[in-house]
Amino acid sequence: MAELQVKEGGGKKKGGSKQKKISVHVDFTPMVDMNMLLITFFMLCTSLSKPQTMEINMPSNDPKVTQDDKVKVKASEAITLVLSGGDSIFYYTGLPDYKDYNSLKLSSYKPDGIRSLLMKRNADAVAQISVLKQKKLELKISSEDFKTQVSKIKEGKGTPVVIIKASDRATYKNLIDALDEMQICSVGKYVIDKITPGELFLLKNRESKGALSQNSAK
Amino acid sequence: MSKAKVARKSTLIDMTAMSDVTVLLLTFFMLTSTFVKKEPVQVTTPGSVSEIKIPDTNILQILIDPSGKVFLSLDKQEDMVNTLNAVGDTLGVTFTPAELKNFKIQKTFGVPMKSMKAFLALKAEKQDAILKDYGIPTDSTDNQFKVWIKAARATNSELRIAIKADSKTPYKVIKDVMTSLQDLRENRYNLITSLKVESAK
Repeated sequence: MAELQVKEGGGKKKGGSKQKKISVHVDFTPMVDMNMLLITFFMLCTSLSKPQTMEINMPSNDPKVTQDDKVKVKASEAITLVLSGGDSIFYYTGLPDYKDYNSLKLSSYKPDGIRSLLMKRNADAVAQISVLKQKKLELKISSEDFKTQVSKIKEGKGTPVVIIKASDRATYKNLIDALDEMQICSVGKYVIDKITPGELFLLKNRESKGALSQNSAK
Repeated sequence: MSKAKVARKSTLIDMTAMSDVTVLLLTFFMLTSTFVKKEPVQVTTPGSVSEIKIPDTNILQILIDPSGKVFLSLDKQEDMVNTLNAVGDTLGVTFTPAELKNFKIQKTFGVPMKSMKAFLALKAEKQDAILKDYGIPTDSTDNQFKVWIKAARATNSELRIAIKADSKTPYKVIKDVMTSLQDLRENRYNLITSLKVESAK
């Protein structure tokens, strides 16, 4: 391709036309050099993957919303996660028990930590969704059907409601990790809320008691 | 080029095929990649299993660095100009066309209003160097962040808000931003994360 054979006086025999057969080589080396440079430039200055995002809905703090309008959560369905400093995560179920410092339990972001708890609480929904996922893989249902059914399951009765409260010492990563667990455990009803003095008291209470009984919480 | 009369094996390597390959690669990179936005601070986003991709246009990105400085970026230049004008109106600062033009080419902005004029008068290299020392005030006494968001929302109602924060950012800062957003009834937004490979059951 890069060679052009220019034959002059094509009809002549080998005899005297050795010099007239000029081959025009086009040297592609500079072209390759330039292309390589451009590729390097594009590889360094651009990003191939678009960043991931998670969508969240925050509760409105409109002052017009009165106490009666707010959604009440059954104590038996509520799990409150308290994210604290040093990558520690605590949880309590139902209503907080201010007297018993052990009601606030220490957990972790590891698979055997908060995830196993949520999986257990949400076992029905997790099982149903994994069945649906299998169906989707086998192309028995369309992805729209899949989505609507999943959201139906997530909204269903008996699924836990998780309230995520982060203290000021927690990091952004902790928050994302906690939100991630919601996704992994197919928890549909979760909310990020401000930490109350009550929870801070629980944390402090646990820390001091824990230090006494050598069960350091941190 | 060899013009040897004697038949001699030439050592030229035919680069055509190589050229073909590189052009193909180049085309691939040009078509699939998006340019990295210049950001004043280095931010490492935390990983998540979420697989939703962020849309390309109409994004108002809130960039939060580990020390809690807040920066904003908009993807449309006309939105930026309108937003700056609206914010200037609210806070009593007017801008000359030259300043507006200078502001338009900023990739990320985050300078308190009182130093905005001085900042825009600087040269581009200087701006890059000092932008990371600024940041939009988010505290309750001087919440210019709210003014910015409000102005941006007023100029483009289809904006999606995306928060991009460093994984080490203390929650306190995030809380301030989220509370400000809640006050403006911006209850739906995206959190930008990077991909984490994990066996999700």
